[in-house]
Amino acid sequence: MPDTLTSQQILRKQKMGEPVYSDDAEHIHRHIVMVLLENHLGALNRVINLFSQRGFNLESVAVGETEDPTVSRLTIVTTGNDRIIKQVIRQLNNLVDALEVEDLTEHEYVERELLLLKVKYTPENRAALMENAHIFRGKVVDITKDTMTFEVTGPTKKVNAFLGLMKPYGIVETARSGRVAMRRALVFGS
Amino acid sequence: MEQHSTRPGSMTGTPAGDGQAQGQPALPHTGVTMTGAEIFVRALEAEGVKVVFGHPGGAVIKIYDEIARLKPTFEHVLVRHEQGGTHAAEGYAKATGQVGTVLVTSGPGATNCVTGIADAYMDSVPIVVFTGQVPVPLIGNDAFQETDTIGVTRSITKHSFQVRRVEDMTWMIRAAYHIARTGRPGPVVVDLPKDVLLAETTFQYPSDVQDRIRGYRVHTTPNPAKVERAARMIARARRPLLYVGGGVNGAGAAPELLELAHKARIPVTTTLHGLGAFPEDDPLSLGMLGMHGTWYANQAVQHCDLLIAVGARFDDRVTGKLEAWAPHAKVIHMDIDQACVSKNVWCDCAVLGDVKESLRALLPLVDPKDTQAWLDEIAAWRAECPLAYEHDGRLHAQFVIEQLRAISGGDAVVVSDVGQHQMWTAQFFRYKHPRSHITSGGLGTMGFCLPAAMGAAFGLREQGKDLPVISISGDGGFVMNAQELGVIAKHRLPIKIVVINNQFLGMVRQWQELFHQERYSQTNLADTNPDFVKLAEAFGIEAMRATSPEEAEDVIARAWQITDRPVLLEFRVVPEGMVFPMVPAGAATDDMITARFKE
Repeated sequence: MPDTLTSQQILRKQKMGEPVYSDDAEHIHRHIVMVLLENHLGALNRVINLFSQRGFNLESVAVGETEDPTVSRLTIVTTGNDRIIKQVIRQLNNLVDALEVEDLTEHEYVERELLLLKVKYTPENRAALMENAHIFRGKVVDITKDTMTFEVTGPTKKVNAFLGLMKPYGIVETARSGRVAMRRALVFGS
Repeated sequence: MEQHSTRPGSMTGTPAGDGQAQGQPALPHTGVTMTGAEIFVRALEAEGVKVVFGHPGGAVIKIYDEIARLKPTFEHVLVRHEQGGTHAAEGYAKATGQVGTVLVTSGPGATNCVTGIADAYMDSVPIVVFTGQVPVPLIGNDAFQETDTIGVTRSITKHSFQVRRVEDMTWMIRAAYHIARTGRPGPVVVDLPKDVLLAETTFQYPSDVQDRIRGYRVHTTPNPAKVERAARMIARARRPLLYVGGGVNGAGAAPELLELAHKARIPVTTTLHGLGAFPEDDPLSLGMLGMHGTWYANQAVQHCDLLIAVGARFDDRVTGKLEAWAPHAKVIHMDIDQACVSKNVWCDCAVLGDVKESLRALLPLVDPKDTQAWLDEIAAWRAECPLAYEHDGRLHAQFVIEQLRAISGGDAVVVSDVGQHQMWTAQFFRYKHPRSHITSGGLGTMGFCLPAAMGAAFGLREQGKDLPVISISGDGGFVMNAQELGVIAKHRLPIKIVVINNQFLGMVRQWQELFHQERYSQTNLADTNPDFVKLAEAFGIEAMRATSPEEAEDVIARAWQITDRPVLLEFRVVPEGMVFPMVPAGAATDDMITARFKE
C-alpha cells in the first residue's frame, strides 16, 4: 500500500521547502514506479526528463540489467500528486524505449534496499555495533582499526531503523542503493 | 485502466497510413556496398520521400555531394534558414498528410531547427529532421560546430536516433518515418555523425522495423465496449456538442465526422487546428471555440450536457478556467493518445484509437436524434452575438479576410502566422475543406507562416493539386522568416503572400490595452518595419499595397489574375483593431468579453 503522507509530514516538507501541492495535499503519496527500458543510449534520460519537467524530485532511481541483457529495469521512487503521477506514467508509456511501465504502489509488492554504512568504533562499543548488525541480519564488509563498514539489506523502513540505531556511534559515510521493487506473484485461490 | 495495457505483446494491427516502403519487391540497390551518405539518399528514395527541405554545411557535405552525383528521385529545396526549413516541412506535412523531411548540418544548423521541431511537437506534425554531427570519436570534445542535438531536442521530439554505426542507418531511418507518421504524429530527429556518412556497408532497406522498436505500440482499434458506452451516452444526451480538434484533420476523419453530426443532429465546434474538419457553411457548424472562438460556440460549451471531444486535447486556450468550463457536461474523449485522456478535464468515457476507426465504429450504434430545441437555443445565441467588426470606411483586417474568402470561394489552403491576424483568419475565413487551414497553434511561433506556406505549396504542386496557397502574416511575424521569399521566387510558387500591416505587434498591443493600462511597451513596429512592397520586389516578387477597402478589393482581384508565380499584398489596416470576442487568459468562459460595433 502507498505510504500516505500525514499532515505532519506535509508540514515538515513545507518547512524544508519541498514542493507540496496544497490544494491536493490529501492526494499526495509516495509512488514506486517500475519501468522496463531498452538498454541503450539516452533511454534513461527520457524517463528522468518526464519527472524533472514536472518538478518531481526523484527520491531514488535504481537501474540494472535484467535477465535479458537488452532490457534494463528501473525502480523510481517519487512523491507527488496522484493525478499528475498517473499522467506521467501515461507519458512514460508513450516513450518508444519504454517496454513496460507500472505503478507498483497500486499493487502488492516487495521492496528492498541495500545500505553500506561506515561507522567509527572503539574497543568498548565494538561488540554493541556487531550486535546491532546481527539483529538486522547485517554483515561487516570492511574493517579498519577505527571504522567498520556494514552491509544491511531490507525494506526502506528497516534500513532507516538501522541507520537511526547506529547514528549515535558516529556515521562516517553512507551509501544507499535506492529501492528495487517487484510485484508479488498472484496466488490463486487465496 | 485495461486499455493502458503496457505488455510488449499488446500491439495489434498495422498502424494506419503506414507502409510507403512495404509490400514492395526487392528495392533497387539492395546488396550494393556504398557509403553512409549514399545509403542515406537511397533510404530516402526507398521511403518514398518526394521533397527535402535542407541547408548544407560541413558535417553533411558528403550527403550533398551524393545528391549532386546521384540525382535522386526526391527534390532538394535549398531554404535560406534552417528554421524556415523545419516550418516548410511542417507546412508540407499538414497540406499533404505525408511526413515532411529536413536535412541540416550540425551545431547551428541543428539548433536553428529547434523552434520548428518544438512547433511540430506541440501541433503533432509528422516531420523527420536529419542533423549532421561531428565524427563519433569527437562527440563530447567541443569540436567545431558540435551540439548535443539529441540532448537539446530530447523533450521536444517524439523520439530521436543517433546513427553511431553505418549498419544502423537504414533501420533507424525507416523507424524514424514510421514513428513520425503513426499514432499521434510528431517530430523525430536523426543525428548523423560525419564518419558514419563516410563509412561503407551494403544497402539493405527493411520494410518492418517493429522488432527494433518493440516498445512502440500504437492502438488504432477502439475498445468496442467503450464505443458502445459512448453511443449510449449520445442517445441519452439532450444537448450534445461535438468538440473537434486537429486529430480529425490528421486522421482524415472529416467524412465520418460529417456523417455522425448529421445523423444525430449534433452541432460541431472546432479548435484552431480542427478548422476545416467540418464545413463552416453547414448549419450545424458553430465555428471555433475558446479564447477567441465565437460567442455562440462557447455558450454551447457552457450549456451542453454531453461534450464529445474528437482528436482534441483540451488546451488552455480552449478551456480557460478549467473549473468553470463545460460545467454541465459529461465528456467523451476520442483520441489516439492515451496520455491525453483526463489530462486537463475529467473524461467519463475514453475511446482510445484512431479517430477515423472510432467514428466508424460509433456510427452504426448512433440513432438519429431530435435535438431541435437545443439547435434553436444555439441559433438564438448566434443571432444575439454574431462575429462582427466595425464598418467605418477604414480598412480592417477582417474585411481583408472576408474578401480573400469571397474570391477563393474557400477553395484554398490558408496558412496563418501568430497573433491578431491569425485569430481573424480563423474567425472569418469559414473553412470548407480538411487540411485547408495551417497555423502554429500550440507553440504560437511567429515567423511560421511564410515558410509553412512555401512547404504547403511544394506539397500541393507535388500532388498535382491546383489550389492556391494564401499566406497570411502580420507585419511582426512576416519579418521573422522573410528570407524564404527568395526560395518562393526561385520556384515560382503561386502563393498569395498577404501581410496584414497594422504597424504593431497587435495581439500584445491588445493585451496591453485591455490588461496593462494602455502602456504600449515595445509593440510599435512603425520605425523598424521595412517597405514590404520594396522588400518583395528586392526578391523579384510582384507586390501591391492597399490602404482602403476599395483598394483592397482591387489588389485582391488583380492578385487572383496571377496564377503562375507569387505575389505579395500588403494591407495597411487600422492599428487599433481588436480581436473579439475574447475570454481573458485564465478567466472562465462565461466571462467572455463581447464587443458591439457600429454596423
